[in-house]
Amino acid sequence: MLDNWLYIGLFIIVALFIPAVAVLLPRLIGPRKPNAIKQEIYECGIETVGDAWVQFKVQYYIFALVFLIFDIEMIFLFPWAVAFDKLPLFAVMEGVLFIMILLVGLVYLWRKGALEWA
Amino acid sequence: MSGLEIIFLIVAGVTLLASLFVVTTPNLVHAALWLILALFGVAAAFVLLNAAFLAVVQVLVYIGAIAVLMIFAIMLTRRVMKDSGPQTNANWVWAALLGLLLFAGLTFVLINSGAEQASLPALALDADPIAQLGQELVSPNAYVIPFELASVLLLAAMIGAIVVAWKK
Amino acid sequence: MSDPINLISQWFANLLLSWGLAEGLVKVISSAIGAAIVATLGLVTVIALIWVERKIAGRLQDRLGPNRAGPFGLLQPFADIIKIFTKEITTPNGADKVAFNIAPVLAMASVLLIWAVIPFAATVVGTNINVGVLYIVAVGSFGIVAVLMAGWSSNNKFALLGAFRAVAQMVSYEIPMVIALLVPVLLARSMGMNDIVAAQTPWFIVIAPLAALIFLITSMAEVGRAPFDLIEAESEIVAGFHTEYSGMGFGMFYVSEFLHVWTVGALMATFFFGGWSGPGAENLPILGIVYFYIKTFIGYFLVTWIRLSLPRIRIDQLLAFNWKFLTPLALVILIATAIVDKALEIAGVERWGYALIMLAVNLFIGWVTILILKAVEPRRKRQRVEFAPRPVAVAPKTPDS
Repeated sequence: MLDNWLYIGLFIIVALFIPAVAVLLPRLIGPRKPNAIKQEIYECGIETVGDAWVQFKVQYYIFALVFLIFDIEMIFLFPWAVAFDKLPLFAVMEGVLFIMILLVGLVYLWRKGALEWA
Repeated sequence: MSGLEIIFLIVAGVTLLASLFVVTTPNLVHAALWLILALFGVAAAFVLLNAAFLAVVQVLVYIGAIAVLMIFAIMLTRRVMKDSGPQTNANWVWAALLGLLLFAGLTFVLINSGAEQASLPALALDADPIAQLGQELVSPNAYVIPFELASVLLLAAMIGAIVVAWKK
Repeated sequence: MSDPINLISQWFANLLLSWGLAEGLVKVISSAIGAAIVATLGLVTVIALIWVERKIAGRLQDRLGPNRAGPFGLLQPFADIIKIFTKEITTPNGADKVAFNIAPVLAMASVLLIWAVIPFAATVVGTNINVGVLYIVAVGSFGIVAVLMAGWSSNNKFALLGAFRAVAQMVSYEIPMVIALLVPVLLARSMGMNDIVAAQTPWFIVIAPLAALIFLITSMAEVGRAPFDLIEAESEIVAGFHTEYSGMGFGMFYVSEFLHVWTVGALMATFFFGGWSGPGAENLPILGIVYFYIKTFIGYFLVTWIRLSLPRIRIDQLLAFNWKFLTPLALVILIATAIVDKALEIAGVERWGYALIMLAVNLFIGWVTILILKAVEPRRKRQRVEFAPRPVAVAPKTPDS
């Protein structure tokens, strides 16, 4: 069991190492001639006004929130799906009930208009 | 010292250091990024405890959803690029003291609980722990009520979040 | 065992042992080498893919594609690599230097990590952890973090806006994707990738075609390719979250996107096309690898084909499509699969009868969905634009002329 995770741990190191080398190498062999105009923030040639922060729609936040809740519910269903062979019909219907409650939440969001991008 | 212990020490050290940076860094987004590293360290600790499912869920929920939500919240409310005052106020000493006290208390309870002598109930060798978890979750003799309640609770959380955050 | 890859790794481990290294150390070394080989293989595949994709794009758009460097333009990717490695990496004013440089590395790593659990053949598999499917989804969240880091650290309005769009899109489409993944998990009764491959008689594309379709669509949205490429809609937000990246910094995002598309193909193959399985693959692992690559290429070609055929959709369409169509459909499919599966188990229907009924259930749901869609949004009649044929070079008559 832990042997498998040893492999994944080493894979994480390798997967970080290779792109890190790829990003660092051009700094050694590539040209390096910074100047004020080149370093400027690219906004299609127009000089930047203010800082990068602008007012964002609260909708982005709502989608992240809804995602979090759906995500947690989905995770509960994975063990249920893995154990499916050993579950009696009653237990299967419990899982279905769980999904139904999830669907109620989705219907609520829909009716409330939180899913519209206005 | 076995290899496993060395890995655990590294993981624990990284987690602790990252959490320290979370509370000391002046930039809020940096704090959130350090928090992600700390949460990842916790996931690695779960792996070392042979709790792979919890580790994966930790990454999925805490890094993939909660940390992202936090960064969204920070970016929605603050002028992040300029925000770099000190993170602490005059009460940090008391907070640190309280934290230390809590740690001491937990350590004391752990040492005196006799958990070291207690042996874990043996799992059947061929059994898949996740399948067992799934069975327990929907078995009437075990956790079916909490399982369905969790669903209702999450529904309530979703409705509450929308009522608070969504104003037409 | 007629498996050369395992034979070589066995021989190598024995060689190290004979040098007097500790057993644990040997395990670490051989695991590290295995990881390095798999990761490098992924990157080498990308080099080939850049040529393949440009050639496909060229042919589908009635062009030739790369044809100058080498025969059939085969040396084009190498020219690209040399070019990108010798380019300057600029860091914009006011950027957060550390986060700016970590983001492309993290983006690449998040895609590479998926390959740790993908089974290439019956015996050639990195690891068969029992949480494989959730692991794949979890690793994807590092990609989300990388996009946020890149967008925030660039100190650029377009980059930040692009990052917000990207993350909203990625998290939204993750929900139907996870639900669609629950279907093969449920059918195979396991989250281990190799177990899912082994359980596929017949392939899950037959038993669960709708789940496969949803998985394909949502994966394309996760990658952020057309028609879901609002992330980098150049007419609106320059290039999205990687606007300020140049040279290899941009290259890493680009390569990770390519590898991600290939990975989507591999996941399609593993979850729905039967992975490495095929005639003779059990006994001859090399054959399994060949099957796996062919199936992966089919998945990859599907994604590329769709990308080159469809225009970009608007953000309100994007989110409505996800929340009002894919998510409810995926939930309904999951419920139907669970109930029918249990009912057939109780009725004692096996294999081909089972597959046939499952297919019928899927087709029925698909048919009902189409009926509902037609009722909700009736197809508009095609409007014919009528005007007299106009000679090309004659100016239209205006009143004052």
